[in-house]
Amino acid sequence: MVREITIGQYYDEESVIHRLDPRVKLVATLVYIVAIFVVDSIAGYALVALFLAACIMLSKVPVKYIVKGLKPVMIILLLTVVFNMLLTPGETLFKFGIINISKEGLKAGSTMALRLILLITGSSLMTLTTTPNNLTDGMEKLLNPLKYIKVPVHEIAMMMSIALRFIPILLEETDIIMKAQMARGADFESGNIFKRAKAMVPLLVPLFVSAFRRANDLAMAMEARCYRGGDGRTKMKPLKYLRRDYIAYAIIWLFLAGCIVLRILL
Amino acid sequence: MGIIKTEKLSYEYIRRDDEGNVSGVTRAVDDVSIDVTQGEFIAILGHNGSGKSTLAKHINAILTPSEGEIWVDGINTAEAARIWDVRQKAGMVFQNPDNQIIGQLVEEDVGFGPENLGVPTDQIWERVEESLKLLGMLEYSKHSPNKLSGGQKQRVSIAGVLAMHPKCIIFDEPTAMLDPHGRREVVRAARALNDVEKITIVLITHYMEETIYADRLFVMDHGRIAMEGTPKEIFSQVEKLEELRLGVPQATKVAYELKKAGMPIPDGILTRQELREALKACL
Repeated sequence: MVREITIGQYYDEESVIHRLDPRVKLVATLVYIVAIFVVDSIAGYALVALFLAACIMLSKVPVKYIVKGLKPVMIILLLTVVFNMLLTPGETLFKFGIINISKEGLKAGSTMALRLILLITGSSLMTLTTTPNNLTDGMEKLLNPLKYIKVPVHEIAMMMSIALRFIPILLEETDIIMKAQMARGADFESGNIFKRAKAMVPLLVPLFVSAFRRANDLAMAMEARCYRGGDGRTKMKPLKYLRRDYIAYAIIWLFLAGCIVLRILL
Repeated sequence: MGIIKTEKLSYEYIRRDDEGNVSGVTRAVDDVSIDVTQGEFIAILGHNGSGKSTLAKHINAILTPSEGEIWVDGINTAEAARIWDVRQKAGMVFQNPDNQIIGQLVEEDVGFGPENLGVPTDQIWERVEESLKLLGMLEYSKHSPNKLSGGQKQRVSIAGVLAMHPKCIIFDEPTAMLDPHGRREVVRAARALNDVEKITIVLITHYMEETIYADRLFVMDHGRIAMEGTPKEIFSQVEKLEELRLGVPQATKVAYELKKAGMPIPDGILTRQELREALKACL
């Protein structure tokens, strides 16, 4: 079940976007999100969509793959549109009994949907083109200044990368425990949602116990290999800005400037 | 003094009840004195709960003795300031391969130790390549560890320790979770490191067959060293081993029974090869 969600799963490909420094991609995603909420005209949305399309083209990730990733959020999208249409007061467009669709509501709904689609596609493009490890490395580097206000940046990044490393292992383990419980007559599939949730308890308890045991083992193995926090540690793959990264920075800031200009002019 | 030396080393696990009062003390290691020379391959054998793993954790300074002392390459592990030196000199490979691999890629995991030691980036890459090559895992350097077999994962763990340039590697039951093929892979790797790189190996196991290549063998029971000697010396004492709830290698067992039945077979047969030779000599 968990495996079916493709949104934000790394898609291996050789492209400029893939090779960009993760810090650039993180900053660019933030700037892009700001830009989505800056623009408010058709020309503005066109510019954002064009920019996104260009990035997707450059990344060589198939459009089909990205669209597939949008499916799980379709329901949320539809709900947003419907609620916006029905609940925004204004000039009536249609009227069926108590249902009242206003012109403003239609506009607000479609704007919101457009923004959400652009937002999700854009941010999933970042995770599609960056390995989880690169991403945590980039975050660690970007958040580094927070160290001075005693935020354990290195530790947070290390925790994230360990969590990512153990996801497949714990999934496999869940599968094994589930089969072991089913072999002894456990029923995970029938009954209503409460019954099924209750059936999960004998699954979760052994899973938790084993996760703690693994954590204990891993901590010992890390200490045995001289791990003592971030201080004095060197990097096997240090992040270094190259020419393409500076160019990417220039492009993204120009893009934001363009969006602001459009907002002011139109 | 050898690379590892313990003197009257004892370790007690203290059990506490819910209120934190001491409810019992288990003496896991009891008065152990051993001296291992640089370049030796030693094996420690014992059934579950004999204290062999507890002893191993002392060599890496994960545990420090309750009584007695232990020196690794001349450093007393009780010196808190030098604990990282001890851990760099004495690397450790654990039982469960999944629970000791940190990296998302094989090469990243091997680089983890050198990163912690503060080795410069270009040298990390050299060390990673060299270690993976020695363990025959270079072609897997860009693979995810999740997709490897148990024996391969364990070889990656060994490479990760090796990249820290240790003088001594402790294997704490590295084969307990592997299939026979994986077990052979790991033991072969340990022997190669000892032969070629002259790294001191301490192999802790409960599989007799893995210990026959050791220079010296210690048998532990109830936290004490019950027997000590070359594998030949130890395995010729079949009755005493059985008393300690340990078996002997299959070939040794067959030779022992044949001898008891009256055939003129020499003591201390360890491998099938030797058994075959001895039987040929009888005929």
